[in-house]
Amino acid sequence: MVVTSLKTRIGLIVAMVAASIVALIPRNTTIRERGPDGVMRDTVIKQVPLKRGLDLQGGMHLGLELDQSKRVSADVSRDIDLALTVLRKRIDEFGVTEPLIQKQGDSRVVVELAGISDPDRARGIVQKSAFLEFRITDRSEALDKALPAMDRVLQRLGVKAPTGVAPATPSAVTQLLQGDTAKKEAITKDSAAAARDTTPVVGGVLSGLIQTASTAGFQLYPGEYLVEKGAVPLVDSLLRIPDVAALFPRRFEYRWSGNDLSVGAKAYQLLYVLEDRPIVTGSSLVDAKEDIDPLTSGPIVTFELDRKGARDFGEGTGRNVGNYMAIILDDKVQGRPPVIQERIERRGQITLSGKTFQEARDLALTLRAGALPVPLKIVEEQQVGASLGEDSINKGILAGIVGTSMVVLIMVGIYRKSGGLAVAALAFYILFSLGALSMLGATLTLPGLAGLILSVGIAVDANVLIFERIREELALGKTVRLSIDEGFRHAMNAIVDSNVTTVMTALFLFQFGTGPVKGFAVTLTIGIIASMITAVFVTRTFYMIWLDRQPTMQTLSI
Amino acid sequence: MIRFFAHANYDFIGVRRYAYMVTAALFAVGLLGLVVWRLNYSIEFTGGTLVRVKAEPGTNVGQLRSALDAQGLKGAEIQAFGAPGEFIVRARTAKEGTDADNTQVTRAAVVSALDQVVGAGKYTVQKGEAVGPKVGGELRTKALLAIVYSFLAVLAYLAYRFEWRFGLAAIAATAHDIILTIGFIALMRLEVSLVVVGAVLSMVGYSLNDTIIIFDRVRENLHKYKRDHFADILNRSVNETLPRSILTHGTSLATLTALAIFGGEVIRPFALVMFFGVFTGTFSSIYIASPVLMWIEHKWPGADARGVKQAARAAGAGEKREPVGAKG
Repeated sequence: MVVTSLKTRIGLIVAMVAASIVALIPRNTTIRERGPDGVMRDTVIKQVPLKRGLDLQGGMHLGLELDQSKRVSADVSRDIDLALTVLRKRIDEFGVTEPLIQKQGDSRVVVELAGISDPDRARGIVQKSAFLEFRITDRSEALDKALPAMDRVLQRLGVKAPTGVAPATPSAVTQLLQGDTAKKEAITKDSAAAARDTTPVVGGVLSGLIQTASTAGFQLYPGEYLVEKGAVPLVDSLLRIPDVAALFPRRFEYRWSGNDLSVGAKAYQLLYVLEDRPIVTGSSLVDAKEDIDPLTSGPIVTFELDRKGARDFGEGTGRNVGNYMAIILDDKVQGRPPVIQERIERRGQITLSGKTFQEARDLALTLRAGALPVPLKIVEEQQVGASLGEDSINKGILAGIVGTSMVVLIMVGIYRKSGGLAVAALAFYILFSLGALSMLGATLTLPGLAGLILSVGIAVDANVLIFERIREELALGKTVRLSIDEGFRHAMNAIVDSNVTTVMTALFLFQFGTGPVKGFAVTLTIGIIASMITAVFVTRTFYMIWLDRQPTMQTLSI
Repeated sequence: MIRFFAHANYDFIGVRRYAYMVTAALFAVGLLGLVVWRLNYSIEFTGGTLVRVKAEPGTNVGQLRSALDAQGLKGAEIQAFGAPGEFIVRARTAKEGTDADNTQVTRAAVVSALDQVVGAGKYTVQKGEAVGPKVGGELRTKALLAIVYSFLAVLAYLAYRFEWRFGLAAIAATAHDIILTIGFIALMRLEVSLVVVGAVLSMVGYSLNDTIIIFDRVRENLHKYKRDHFADILNRSVNETLPRSILTHGTSLATLTALAIFGGEVIRPFALVMFFGVFTGTFSSIYIASPVLMWIEHKWPGADARGVKQAARAAGAGEKREPVGAKG
């Protein structure tokens, strides 16, 4: 041993104990949370500074990747970086204590939110693209005119009108689309001619499914069409057939309404034909706030645009006074498009019909934080309720107490007073491990807790090795003092070698594992190092004190 | 003074052939378990959706199953778990016709089936997991690599501290432990989760630890009893470390028992695997590591073949070393 003076040894131990205790003193932690009234406030609570993992605290772990099914990313790495910034802003406003938001590899973002109570809402905040656009609806009944030609194409493709109301399962769609390839080729040739023909087709598929202002028994605005809710997936897939899409009015696109519309007993969705160029998008937004509409007392979101956005918006709305403007969020039209009464510039509002104030607040939040460049999909999720986490801690503590008691019984039963020293060293071991966890800011997870308890059983191994060695030396007839010295000296090799290999496996475990298993690897490593310190250094010091007090000891209680 | 096996002198090496039979029998049973039941991977590895629900007792499982079928989740498992009314819904495949890596679609399908049968707001989701096949695949690769790399690192370390023969023998023992443990996992129908893989790796550490303690003694005794047979030295070393082994395994088993009984459902598989690992680790240190070391020694004898490299270094260059071949 390098340190031989007893005073220095005791000094070192006292210093380590003091450091561990200081590291574990409960301290004030600030929890930033948004109250039920939506105001962010800081609560200060006192707690032991040990970070608990999601599995012990309750919370949510999300792995997100770009969802390129709707919008293809040109540069995945750049878009992920952008998404990271946006998510940071959003989660910051959402109000979670110490969230973890980080990039994993090139194409994934990992978000960890501890102690959240409403996982569905959190999921929504993270996933919502918040891509906002304003577009003018079509006044020229362009789709009405194109429908007959589209129907004719569909007829030649062999797509028949569905019998009965609207069978809208995806499998029905695929059946409908199984047209004859030979027929398809023939159609492509004269589809140009077909496009010019506007005479309605008898029993046309799309005309049957899409109700226009003239056929719907319902007041529709310009550019609005009515489709039964059940038939929406079918219509959507029909409109995406390349030959049909080619006939869609030029310079226009279609979008679906975000809400259902009930007419009588039936639920409908609205189909909107919109100009393909938005007059302004959410990227020009500088602020958004939730509010209450003074007229309807429903939730609204007011927004403010930057200078360029205000100019574009003013120009666009000025040109379209009397037209209808659709507000599109994440490709869904929000509410029914309002008429543009006058030129609008910097400020505007979005009316959210049929939504809660909570949703208005979340929308304002996501709009403020900015849009995601490409929507995200959750490729991995772990969610643990807070009560389950608490239950786990209680069970772990019980297992820890029972396990430790058994170890204490075994050690004292077999090694008597020396065993007592080992048990005292074990107390130091637990203190050092927890102190180190706190100092390193490591996270305690459920497997980590198990690792900590298990390492109590394994930690005594070093002491067992030493004690057995001392017994062997004593059996050889050596004096107590010499036996202790020899025992420690000979056991060292075995202790070091065996612990180094365990640390090595723990490090690989750390490298491969996710949250909980990483926590296990960390506690295991800390546990091994702490057990080496206590077994070799602390127990040795105890012996030195013991021998110091009874220099004439003839028999050792071991 | 209570001492277990203080002056034990069992002929461990002499009866090794019986031990091989035990190993072979255990291998056979484990293999049978693997063939019959296969390994039951958790959704962390396979990908899928898991929802742990707490509802009033008496949920109609049949109804829930057909609701899940109707949602396009064919073959979803429903498993009672913990207290009455608590159960786990596990869908290993994604909702039909959707992108499996977009886990929320499948999750939403599970939730709407629960809403239908149990009733919205009448149950609480205690725990939810959703893993896309991509993430699951990555994890499988990572777990495998972690095991392989830790093998290589340990081999390198042991080659450095002892010599390569000891390293190889220790790795052989560890491989034996891993194979037996996998058989145990299959037989016990334990789910192979991240925590269980963690337990297997910890067991590897534990078993190596045990092997090294014996090898350390072998190294020492090789130096001490230069003229003895290798087999005698091995026997002596195993016997001398026996009290330590019994005690350390005793305390480890004590904590593992506590964990298995009181630690809860998440920790129990971990504790069980480690529990088994303590036994197989002890067994393999004595009956695999030592005989393999003897066999390697017999096959490739050499000046430093007896692990006396360190001892010789310590003794100084002047001392004449006697090459002693061992009889296998």
